[in-house]
Amino acid sequence: MKIKRFPGGLHPPEHKSTAARAIEPCSLPDELVIPLAQHIGAPAEPCVVIGDTVAKGQVIAQPRGFVSVPIHASSSGVVTAVEPRLHPMGRPLPAIVIKPDGRDAWPDGLEGGMNPLLVDPLTLPPSRLRDMVRNAGVVGLGGATFPTHVKLSPPGGKKINTLILNGVECEPYLTADHRLMLEEPERILAGIDILRRILGVERVCIGIEENKPDAIAVMRDACAQRDIEVIALKVMYPQGAEKQLIFAVTGRQTPSGGLPMDVGVVVQNVGTAAAVADAIIHGRPLVERIATITGPALVEPKNLRIRIGTSLRHLVAECGGLREEVVKVIMGGPMMGHTQLSLDVPAIRGTSGLLLLDKNAVATRSEGPCIRCARCVSVCPARLLPTTISAYARRDMIAEAERFNALDCIECGCCAYTCPARIPLVQSIRQVKGAILAKRRLS
Amino acid sequence: MLEAILSLGGVGFCAALALGFAAQKFAVEVDAREAAILEVLPGANCGACGFPGCGGYARAVASGAVAPELCPPGGPETVARIARIIGVAAIAVDPQVAVVICQGDQQRATEKYRYLGISDCRAAQKLADGPKTCPGGCLGLGTCAAICPFGAITMTDQHLAVIDRDKCVGCRKCVEPCPRQVIKMTPRSVSVHVLCNSHDKGALVRRYCQVGCIACQLCKKAAPEAYVIEDFLARVDYRHAVKPTAGVEVAIDKCPTHCIRDDNPPPAPVPDEKPAPQAA
Repeated sequence: MKIKRFPGGLHPPEHKSTAARAIEPCSLPDELVIPLAQHIGAPAEPCVVIGDTVAKGQVIAQPRGFVSVPIHASSSGVVTAVEPRLHPMGRPLPAIVIKPDGRDAWPDGLEGGMNPLLVDPLTLPPSRLRDMVRNAGVVGLGGATFPTHVKLSPPGGKKINTLILNGVECEPYLTADHRLMLEEPERILAGIDILRRILGVERVCIGIEENKPDAIAVMRDACAQRDIEVIALKVMYPQGAEKQLIFAVTGRQTPSGGLPMDVGVVVQNVGTAAAVADAIIHGRPLVERIATITGPALVEPKNLRIRIGTSLRHLVAECGGLREEVVKVIMGGPMMGHTQLSLDVPAIRGTSGLLLLDKNAVATRSEGPCIRCARCVSVCPARLLPTTISAYARRDMIAEAERFNALDCIECGCCAYTCPARIPLVQSIRQVKGAILAKRRLS
Repeated sequence: MLEAILSLGGVGFCAALALGFAAQKFAVEVDAREAAILEVLPGANCGACGFPGCGGYARAVASGAVAPELCPPGGPETVARIARIIGVAAIAVDPQVAVVICQGDQQRATEKYRYLGISDCRAAQKLADGPKTCPGGCLGLGTCAAICPFGAITMTDQHLAVIDRDKCVGCRKCVEPCPRQVIKMTPRSVSVHVLCNSHDKGALVRRYCQVGCIACQLCKKAAPEAYVIEDFLARVDYRHAVKPTAGVEVAIDKCPTHCIRDDNPPPAPVPDEKPAPQAA
């Protein structure tokens, strides 16, 4: 049988050296900085003040609007500040600062959760389950942090018939989802049952790349009793992107400007499914996640279960500190992650990994002229012409870039990665996408 | 021979008749004033008036839809000539010139990170609000210089935009694209400016820039009429300065960080007495 994949893409060196390292707990830091903007949509509104004592899992900020989720304290302690702090996006943004009391206690002495559900969750109505997902602050844990309840609320008329679980983890270096599938498959499956109940879908697929044969085997074993397909995919970046994964798994092509629901599909990360299970079964909000702390500048790369709000400096210390001078710090994977200004930045819900690169791993060669080799065209998974759009972008020819479907760019970075002239294609395309959207808002 | 002359001449005659007929039948009415206005406009097609090129503006003025003083490159003479053509009284315009109110080039101001992306200040500004530590300083990637239709903006070796006031016609095209609003329009009659765009407090400014305004009030004390200090940043009070108020120049030597400069004649370089500031 032909192994499934999407058109375009490439296979950068994997560097997944932490694949064999079991998930370890991370020690409690001296301070937790919990930003109010950790998801796509409106930032949350703080509902605690300085001096308040909070329990682990207590709501400390309320959502504003539908596309927004509450934020919870990730350990017990005292609120010491509500002020702007340096955010992973590179500028100071409002955050709640908690000094942990060291007990790490859930309210009312509940062990490992808040209100364990005493009934079978699958007997509850979908709307109730969806509210519980939202109240637990669950967002897409693949890195984009789109509020999960929004994805689970398809507007009337959109029929969903397939749920795809994303266990692809195509970014180099990252192994957090891989370890989760190996170590806690039952959490993922419990989450799948709930997601299936909410969406009312029949077909469920789990997409996993071939470079994780152990995870494929574990998930196949775990799914043996259920009607869930585990699909092995060819190793190809960016297979974890929604539209690419949908094509690889179902062969359906999401239309330009459309959403997965337009082709009857909802995609959720395996980590998100596990968070949904925690939220519904244990009443346990999203206060921690699994992240891969890795990179050549680090002494001992690890997969850690981190509390939201832990500073990157603490995570580095937890992994034995720095081996040599770090030249570039990236939150997330090397292809789509965000470069950080400082290690004094908190890990947030979208922090799937932390990458510390030394001088050998960072290329600083300057840009040369385009030699028309069209490598960017052949790797573009969205089937665009990156070099053309970029050329228009750099001449401020916004209407022309729009005509070449610049807005369909998923900013995966394949074009810039493969460009032999080192042209920053993604940056210029991202720039023109902003200009197109600004123009649309005006008109 | 005769046949050739007759036949070609005949064809020519018929074509002339047809063209003559067409010229009368399909004649487009052109306002004579429109052509006359187009004649006196500078012809740079810079778009400063808000119309697509000088032709568009000439048509709009001739139709009476807009006022004649919307052409900054043309200056007062052009306004007067257009006013004569359309028969209205010319309104005095105050010619303006653009100024980059920053001197914090790579040597004098610190950076948060090393930027390696495309040479466009707007793109750099999107990455953690730009590489320069100062939130208002010139990013020096040349977006304004590429946009200026008159070649009035040049980039120094140390990555700072500098505007040649003799070439600048005040078209404002550079003002809006600058992501840090570091280009300001000023009356041409004034050549003294406070070249700083940081509203941070003095102690903080000193940490990231050698030539930033620290709001020490010395200029205001030297010439109370000529300067205003708002939100930790001094600026020339152009309303008073248009009148020949004494004192704008008095403050130049008083400024401890040399950020008040006279643009006319072009200023001598700032003395490099201090070592580079420490990174913030």
